[in-house]
Amino acid sequence: MSSIGEIPGTAAPQSPEAEIKTEGPGGVRRLIRQIRSARGVPKWILYSGIAIVLFFLILAIFAPLIAPYGFAQSSSGGVDFPKQAPPSGAHLFGTTVQSTDVLSRVIWGARTEIEVVIVAVFFSLSIGVPLGLLSGYVGGKLDRGLVLVMDALFAFPYLLLAIVIAFLLSDKLGQGIITAAVAITIVYIPQYFRVVRNHVISVREEPYVEAARALGAKRRTIIGRYVFFNVIQNVPVVATLNAADAILTLAALGFLGYGIQPTQAAEWGYDVQRAISDAGAGIWWTGLFPGLAIVLLVTGFTLVGEGLNDILNPLIRYRRVRKPEIPGASPEADK
Amino acid sequence: MTRTHENSLRTYLLTRIALAVPTVLILLTMVFLLMRVAPGNPIQAALGGHVPQAQIQAREHRAGYDRPILTQYVEYLKDALTLNLGDSLTDHTPVTTIITDNGAATLELTIAAFFVAVVVGVSIGLVAGRWRDTPWDVGGRMFGIVIYAAPVFFLGFLAQLVFADLLGWLPVSGRASPEVTATLSQHTHLFLIDTLIDGDLNAFWDCFLHLILPAVTLGLVTSGVLIRLVRVNLMQTMKGDYVEAARARGVGERRVVIHHAFRNALVPVITVAGLQLALLLGGAILTEETFNWPGIGFQLVRYLNERDYIAVQGIITVFALAVVAVSVLIDLVNAFIDPRVRYS
Repeated sequence: MSSIGEIPGTAAPQSPEAEIKTEGPGGVRRLIRQIRSARGVPKWILYSGIAIVLFFLILAIFAPLIAPYGFAQSSSGGVDFPKQAPPSGAHLFGTTVQSTDVLSRVIWGARTEIEVVIVAVFFSLSIGVPLGLLSGYVGGKLDRGLVLVMDALFAFPYLLLAIVIAFLLSDKLGQGIITAAVAITIVYIPQYFRVVRNHVISVREEPYVEAARALGAKRRTIIGRYVFFNVIQNVPVVATLNAADAILTLAALGFLGYGIQPTQAAEWGYDVQRAISDAGAGIWWTGLFPGLAIVLLVTGFTLVGEGLNDILNPLIRYRRVRKPEIPGASPEADK
Repeated sequence: MTRTHENSLRTYLLTRIALAVPTVLILLTMVFLLMRVAPGNPIQAALGGHVPQAQIQAREHRAGYDRPILTQYVEYLKDALTLNLGDSLTDHTPVTTIITDNGAATLELTIAAFFVAVVVGVSIGLVAGRWRDTPWDVGGRMFGIVIYAAPVFFLGFLAQLVFADLLGWLPVSGRASPEVTATLSQHTHLFLIDTLIDGDLNAFWDCFLHLILPAVTLGLVTSGVLIRLVRVNLMQTMKGDYVEAARARGVGERRVVIHHAFRNALVPVITVAGLQLALLLGGAILTEETFNWPGIGFQLVRYLNERDYIAVQGIITVFALAVVAVSVLIDLVNAFIDPRVRYS
């Protein structure tokens, strides 16, 4: 995307990132090796998460081919769709109060969610990670100031922040994908910042970084080559868990009416909001399917994040070591 | 308590409160900036197009919006710290009244939900962590993940569908039946306590039934985080040297788990449980919208839709102050329980 350069704070650390790609990413290779060596429950969790996310990715990419109708279409071939019709052969998931096809809205909704998540995660990564690197490595006043601001942002109820930002931006950018993505971005920057900064601080004093410094390497090279790839390992876990959170936030914005305008795209949270008044009348299909779609996609991302965490986090990493037999340590000894 | 113990606690307390000051300032600055990024100013946004320009200017002057931005900023900080939040533009109610009237509803919901979250989260987390990689663990974890993945409003929708519409056991929405609300005398605005003060058990039961669906919905969603945390903590403490040592001394396995591992696994839960309050406040907005629960979140959405910037600014300011107050409180509780916190 060409618009990265316009965001303050991303311009400087851009080059080290680019430099690394040509230098052979040892960190990424290690990451892939660790994932491939996963065993047991963590592997199962990771793979089922990947399967779910891939499923929605396919729905999102091929929405025009898969969805039977458009997301706002309420008639076909001159015949109006029935209103609030229960699931049937013509409308597998039924129709809404506006006579739109629920199945089509769920499929088009996948495209909206995936688009917003990609934009939001990309922006919060490309602002949060460089800021964390810089703050952690440079330290001093810059670090203290940034930590204060980020902690304050982090402490703020995130949904409230997203609502207010989406609300304020909607006057300038309209209620579209960009507004929603920016609102979500601002909420998640502090998380990347924290994770990266804290890790940089522990890595900064490692012998290999000191050695590089002693050899007279430039600060940019040290951050880019030696610090970046040792720190970046935690980022996939945070990013996938954030993607899960971002979908929930987007749905919440849609539910409260500050998300994406219904005329612009289909959005699951908005659909559930419209369905709340149906619940009292026993109409279950308008809310159930978009709601299940949210749960499933968020679960998918969470499973990927959890699986990665189990595999990468050495504190809880599963090792196949036989426990030494200690007399009296078995549960029966208690009785 | 020994002398040094008390001293260290007092030092920690003072430092922690001093550290909260910049956080409060930054949060208030953020609120001020956010509200000023908005096009025009509060008066114009609320009245623009409906009222002649001269009248808008007169009102702007009265409210002080034509003064330099720095003066307004200092004024806002002063007002916020003395909780002088002004009157709402649309219904001319003091913001402090809005908060005391509706805050009780949010408080009632949040406390009940918090209770549900801790009971469900800690018990499932302990079971999953204790019997790691057994079906219990996988089941508990899956429950935690799926429940966390469910938006509070979707769970609410399902709960309304099943328990209110299909089974007819519980009321769909609202805080109490209309006839109960009409006769209720509001001492504390906490309906459960108000009805008890009056000794009206029927009204108490009615309010309790109304509270169940919103509280359980919000509580379950929040429990997901606690399950994950308690499970991982227990797994880490079970690896601890002192657990190994206790085993080596021949302490029974059940005693090792309950006495040595569980207890230490629960300490960080307090921290996260406190952080959950911010999450609960966010979740409360959604829950209140879903169940027509007349709390602060419900009012905030209403004032946002009416573009009542004064009310919105006031409510957000109080939220920000509450979040900082709670985080200080949590740290103090932690310091009291865990001496290591005080000396770090």
